[in-house]
Amino acid sequence: MFGPEQGHFALALACVLALVQFAVPLWGASRRDARLVGLAPYLAVSQLIALGYSFLCLVMCAVSDDFSVQNVAANSAVSKPLLYKITGVWGNHEGSVLLWTLILAVCGGAVSLFGRNLPDILRGRVLAILGGVSAGFQMFCLLTSDPFDRVFPAPMDGQGMNPLLQDPGLAFHPPILYTGYVGFAVPFAFAVAALIEGRVDAAWGRWVRPWAVAAWCFLTCGIALGSWWSYYVLGWGGYWFWDPVENASLIPWLTGTALVHSAIVVEKREGLKIWTVLLAIATFSFSLSGTFLVRSGILNSVHAFANDPARGVFILALLAIVIGGSLTLFAWRAPSLTSTGLFSPVSREGSLVLNNILLCSICAVVVTGTMYPPFMQLLAGRTISVGKPFFDAATIPLTLPLLLAMGVGTALPWKRAQLARTFSHLYAAAGIAAIGLVLCFWKLSGILPIACGALAVWVIAASVSDVLRRIGIGHTSVQGVWERMKNLPRSSWGAALAHIGAGITILGLCGMSQAEHAIVEVHIGETRSLAGDDWTLLDVHDYIGPNYKAMQADIAIRHNGKLVTILHPEKRDFTTQSQTTTEVAIHTNFITDLYGVIGDRHGTGQDTTYVLRLHRNPLAPWMWLGGLVMAIGGAFSLSDRRMRIGAPKRASARNMARA
Amino acid sequence: MNATRRGILTAAPIIGAGVLGVGFWRILSDMRSGAFDPRAIKNPNVGKPIPSFAMPGLPGLGDGFTDAELKAQHRPVLVNFFASWCIPCVAEMPGLRAISRNMPIWGIAYEDKPENAAGFVQRDGSPYARVASDRHGRVAIDWGVTGVPESFLVAPGGRIIWHGSAALDPQIYEAEIRPRLAGL
Repeated sequence: MFGPEQGHFALALACVLALVQFAVPLWGASRRDARLVGLAPYLAVSQLIALGYSFLCLVMCAVSDDFSVQNVAANSAVSKPLLYKITGVWGNHEGSVLLWTLILAVCGGAVSLFGRNLPDILRGRVLAILGGVSAGFQMFCLLTSDPFDRVFPAPMDGQGMNPLLQDPGLAFHPPILYTGYVGFAVPFAFAVAALIEGRVDAAWGRWVRPWAVAAWCFLTCGIALGSWWSYYVLGWGGYWFWDPVENASLIPWLTGTALVHSAIVVEKREGLKIWTVLLAIATFSFSLSGTFLVRSGILNSVHAFANDPARGVFILALLAIVIGGSLTLFAWRAPSLTSTGLFSPVSREGSLVLNNILLCSICAVVVTGTMYPPFMQLLAGRTISVGKPFFDAATIPLTLPLLLAMGVGTALPWKRAQLARTFSHLYAAAGIAAIGLVLCFWKLSGILPIACGALAVWVIAASVSDVLRRIGIGHTSVQGVWERMKNLPRSSWGAALAHIGAGITILGLCGMSQAEHAIVEVHIGETRSLAGDDWTLLDVHDYIGPNYKAMQADIAIRHNGKLVTILHPEKRDFTTQSQTTTEVAIHTNFITDLYGVIGDRHGTGQDTTYVLRLHRNPLAPWMWLGGLVMAIGGAFSLSDRRMRIGAPKRASARNMARA
Repeated sequence: MNATRRGILTAAPIIGAGVLGVGFWRILSDMRSGAFDPRAIKNPNVGKPIPSFAMPGLPGLGDGFTDAELKAQHRPVLVNFFASWCIPCVAEMPGLRAISRNMPIWGIAYEDKPENAAGFVQRDGSPYARVASDRHGRVAIDWGVTGVPESFLVAPGGRIIWHGSAALDPQIYEAEIRPRLAGL
């Protein structure tokens, strides 16, 4: 019932359905045949069902320990906990590609179900594009990365899983991140459909925005979760390594953030149309290239996937069709899209243009830094590495004006702003930012962290004061404030929350720039001090875990003689995989993380010493907390009625007055 | 904005993507033919004379060696940095023994206790003609070693003509080292 052959068959069936979903609605739309176009949602839902069944089959193979399936034999083992048997399905190349296509099919299903208010032709074309992309990647799965391959003779037990991956954070990281990546396929499909149709208007902007915001929320969470995982699992005390895999997720996030903002301009002012279409194509193109180029082995990364250049050729051909095709269509059709809106530089739309320019500049920097090493090696035959110093030096100066504009932007009205009046709204925020600047001078060192910290305070203060002003605090009665609070559009709350989240993340990054660490070699009972705390190694003991041997340390941390906490970092030896992992111990009070790692044991008897790594990481949790707040802000604006209902049903007079 | 400028601007993304795509395709085809290795560690000392050094030997395995002795050889020598704590080095040993039937290999124990290194080398039969101990890794720094195992092909007279940063096996010997020996 749920065997690998059934799964394989369902995958092939889904692929055929996706091909039909690609061809029939496009043909129907060009013939203006409503019946053919109307098939698209049914095809999308059937494809989703087939693919869901296929994925379920793979999960069942893993859960039932069917080691005759190559993929299960290579990545699972009888002794693996059930949770990791399930999540391990997407912890390897083949399974993750299947998950990827499943999420794409879910997006198609969502457009079918929630897109009932779209014009039939537009919905048909959007689903057709999604079907085409699906078909391509299902073929990739079937032809080069078949997760249902059998192996003969079947081994008695599987080879087990990389112990580093046996972590709940990482288990749920890929689905969230992939939902973010793949979610941008929907704005992409909308952009391509609009190019085919030759029309982009305010309604298009309104339809595309919720999909972009939803994908953006998932991508934000995915990146934050990934960064958190590398912080507490890898045990290097770092949270972002400017590694190609990390950059591959940051690049679409930057263009996606720009897209979320420029779509507002399309919706409100019918401007930036060509640009928004390009951003929608670019964001999904970057998502695709990032996820798949990493697997082809071109980008040298510490997050190694099994690389296979042969697979890379297939991927590249697929990318050429999807990205090349859409960009060619763009070059051909985009010049006919005309803007109607007039722009004044000092206005809400003017600040959104500035936001787009800055975000895309940061994106260009990250793309350059990521692509430079392989291309340098190709062209000049030299190996170089581009690391943190380049990225920090190039991105931070671009972030500063971005933060400044974030605070001003939401206070500006559409069309044309009066500077004096806008600034009068911002006095309070500027005052708080000035206090923030003083605090930063006191707590932080280095000109860039101080500037970033003060500007982050500015962003938070300006967002809060903007909401307070809109709900009329200080101008109307309590009753009036309550009424206004209820009437303020959810998307305004969402925008404020997202901006506050960004400010919190930046503050966390500033705090982390002041992190201190020490690598010490101590005997049991010895004390070392780091940044005002005394770290004492109390004891080290060995114990045997379920499938590992561990060495656990007890480290007491005292501040001015008062015990703060006792950390228990561990070092685990997984004998079957001959791999060692470090279990970091973290004590947090949400202001500062105390982070301890135990390393090697040297010497014997009285002379035994242990290498410890001690970190003091100020504001570390804020980095991920900010990401969560950003995503909640996005979700909040998704719940806005105006987003859900869409443009065709004209907004009521009351809504018009409110906006 | 006039029509030509619009056309050029909207065509720019596809041109950029095309250039990137061609580059990726070149990289991929070079990867398949082995001409491009994104994980390659290039050693700046290839083509240059070996640095000067003098190292003690390992207990029970002779005297160690100096750069002068290495330069005085009349045959090419494969210099291999290894350590007993290094798992790829353990995996490399059978390959090294096979290669040692064709050419001399001189081993340098990198950041390793002499008794551990000696035990490691002798466990299954030593592939090394001579072994020296770089107890604190100073010599390895001069050679530009980034990790173990790494190997260098040293021509008579002491010039480094090849560098490898992976565990050696007979396939690598046939593909990379033997063709270079022919030219000497």
